[in-house]
Amino acid sequence: MWRYLIPLAILLVLIGFFWRGLSLDPSEVPSPLVGREAPAFALPSLHEPDRLVTNLDLAGEVTLFNVWGTWCPGCHEEHDELMRLAEEEGVRIVGLNLRDDRETAIQWLSQVGNPFEQSGFDGDGRVAIDWGVYGAPETFVLDHRGQIRHKHIGPITHQDIDNTLLPLIRGLEQEARE
Amino acid sequence: MAAELGQIALILALLICLAQAWFGLAGAARRRLDWMQALPSVVVGQLVFTTLAYLALTYAFITHDFSIAYVANNSNTDLPLIYRLTAVWGAHEGSLLLWSMLMAVWTLAAVWFSRNLPQVFTSRAIGILGVISAGFILFTLLTSNPFERLFPIPEQGRDLNPILQDPAMIIHPPMLYLGYLGLAIPFAFAVSSLIGLESNTTWARWTRPWATMAWVCLTLGIALGSWWAYYELGWGGWWFWDPVENASFMPWLVATALIHSLAVTEKRGAFRNWTVLLAISAFALALLGAFLVRSGVLVSVHAFATDPTRGVYILIFLASVVGGSLALYAWRAPHMPPGGGFRLVSRESFLLLNNLLLVVATAAVLLGTLYPLFLDAMGLGKISVGPPYFNAVFVPLMLPLMFFLGFGPYARWKRDQATELGSRMWPLMVAAVVFGVGGTLILGGAAGVMVLLGVVLGLWAIFSVFMEPFLRWRKRGWRGISGMPASIWGMLTAHAGVGLMALGVAGVTTFAVERDLRMVPGDSYEVAGYEFYFEGVRDRVGPNWDSVQGRFVVTRNGREVTSMYPENRVYRARPDPLAQIALHPRLRRDLYVAMGDYLGNDAWSVRIHYMPMVRFIWLGALVMGLGGVIAVLDRRYRLVSRRREQESERAARAAGGASV
Repeated sequence: MWRYLIPLAILLVLIGFFWRGLSLDPSEVPSPLVGREAPAFALPSLHEPDRLVTNLDLAGEVTLFNVWGTWCPGCHEEHDELMRLAEEEGVRIVGLNLRDDRETAIQWLSQVGNPFEQSGFDGDGRVAIDWGVYGAPETFVLDHRGQIRHKHIGPITHQDIDNTLLPLIRGLEQEARE
Repeated sequence: MAAELGQIALILALLICLAQAWFGLAGAARRRLDWMQALPSVVVGQLVFTTLAYLALTYAFITHDFSIAYVANNSNTDLPLIYRLTAVWGAHEGSLLLWSMLMAVWTLAAVWFSRNLPQVFTSRAIGILGVISAGFILFTLLTSNPFERLFPIPEQGRDLNPILQDPAMIIHPPMLYLGYLGLAIPFAFAVSSLIGLESNTTWARWTRPWATMAWVCLTLGIALGSWWAYYELGWGGWWFWDPVENASFMPWLVATALIHSLAVTEKRGAFRNWTVLLAISAFALALLGAFLVRSGVLVSVHAFATDPTRGVYILIFLASVVGGSLALYAWRAPHMPPGGGFRLVSRESFLLLNNLLLVVATAAVLLGTLYPLFLDAMGLGKISVGPPYFNAVFVPLMLPLMFFLGFGPYARWKRDQATELGSRMWPLMVAAVVFGVGGTLILGGAAGVMVLLGVVLGLWAIFSVFMEPFLRWRKRGWRGISGMPASIWGMLTAHAGVGLMALGVAGVTTFAVERDLRMVPGDSYEVAGYEFYFEGVRDRVGPNWDSVQGRFVVTRNGREVTSMYPENRVYRARPDPLAQIALHPRLRRDLYVAMGDYLGNDAWSVRIHYMPMVRFIWLGALVMGLGGVIAVLDRRYRLVSRRREQESERAARAAGGASV
């Protein structure tokens, strides 16, 4: 009578794979930029259009480079976590404000808090293309030499910070001191 | 306010579904007549409250209530009313709300048309449908609430995804959802028959019209999706073997096998367990499709908002519903009475072959779709499986299927003589080969073996359809034809549809021409004998978009054929431009012009396609769907239910007498 159990067995195997698949991210293509210098750019600052934000602003200490926009629900979702990183953990975050409206963006930050040391204003998304950004939010971790060490796709969650980002950042800071 | 009302209505609908599940399943198990009799009103309640929730969301879209996150993300004050109405199912959350409502519609239909079937059997089935509906509504409430508020309230919405602002998108999703959910009814009937160990031939008869209707909806839904992708995505393809397309195609393949296997089970009692398994698998694959599309385990061009918690929920739901029914199968199926036997050459054999080929094809598509996931899960790297794999495994399975399709209807049940069958069918075979090979070489030019096979078998499928009316006419004249039952008409029509589709596929894959060009106004280019002259561009302004429209004058042998106006549109609320292609459709061929990016110096990137016979693909699907509808109208199903009516009345009187 075991043959009547075959369909159930097939289903169980499939479900095992699906369960495993849920914790994997198929869109997580390893970024070719990891291990390289940050792509060069010079953008007007979001808050002061006369000032430039460039790739040189990313070097010097361990920095998060966060791609965001007010139009992006994932960015709203991760905002609290960015605030926590900036205010409680003292991590420097530089923003890339992608395809946004300048005033809306400034207004939103003044309402919910600004975790960014500064943000570059990338109105037409050219810089985002150089950085290989698929969509917002995406976050790059750079070491003190300005090299990209890690790329995170999608909203940052509490677990991401505790399990991946903070250990990585602390490690890189250690590296910088040595 | 509407949001809160909708939310409450949805919660009430959930409670009603739970009551439906309890009254149905427990009522049948304990033979509680009063519980079972309450079911129709409970189902009406389910429909009323899911519809209320749906209307509440629709109202929010009409009144631009951007305090609801879903509305803010999928609408805009400039969005025309018709697209605000369809935007309700433009993304994940609203789609689920539509699911819940359509599920209630199907359930009510099942209650209404099954009122003459044995009450215990239907009550169990309705109870199972209640479990499924409750699962969907709970999913909506827990992981994808369409009524969630947004704060601060945005001034303006993000607008409906532009590629969904299209007439075909108005009916494609509801049609497809009707198909998916319709498969729940054969599933519920199959599980009910497993529990009750019903005599299976009657079970098969009750299930057939439902399986066919769900299949019709799936057929039309998939065809609409393919048609939409063809003219909206601007790539000129009609099928991409994308995971989301495969997710709808797999249930369709199994449903096709199911409607054929049900025929054998009903008429001859054979394949009983197999039919039950197919009914379970068809619905399981529909659920699997929902899982694949909405959990984000696979990458797809259809960018649905994906979320792992949704994936976890659907997976648990899938495991319990399908796992439960397969466990039930393992327990009950050995006790099913055996079916009738048959010889090697018989209609049963042809239908068995049909089933095997379709199931193997499903397995091949499933394997290709999940292969990237399997490798990733075992840490063997990331790959993607593309059309070359699918075409290589799928086409060789479909060709023999079409060959047998021509014979199936003319083989006798139980046993037939191969020579006799051959002698009946050979003139058609010869005609298909002569017309197929000759026609292709004369009209299309040199072609490969696979294409010739495709054309010949397509014609064979169409020609074979005329055999049945011809045989009847020879026997009894015109009365023979007019007396042909609707189920046969339907079957023949659907088979002709398969043939038409095969012709279209063979034609367009072989003889289509595609050119990517850089054109400045004044340029002209010849494609497949048509001269495309690029006259110039002008600006246009729509309700929620701006566009640049090109004008192309098409001539053939110096005579003007048409003018075509492709556009490059930018929807104001979204950053990326979208090509609106221009089509000049004819049954014989489509001309297709897409205007891409501006290249500077007045030059535009332009793509021109010449697509011969592409219309046959959707025409074939339409004819197949029509065949299904005709088959469902067969008198037999109604006669049976009238006979049942008398029986069940007698049974009810007897049961009532016993309980008094």
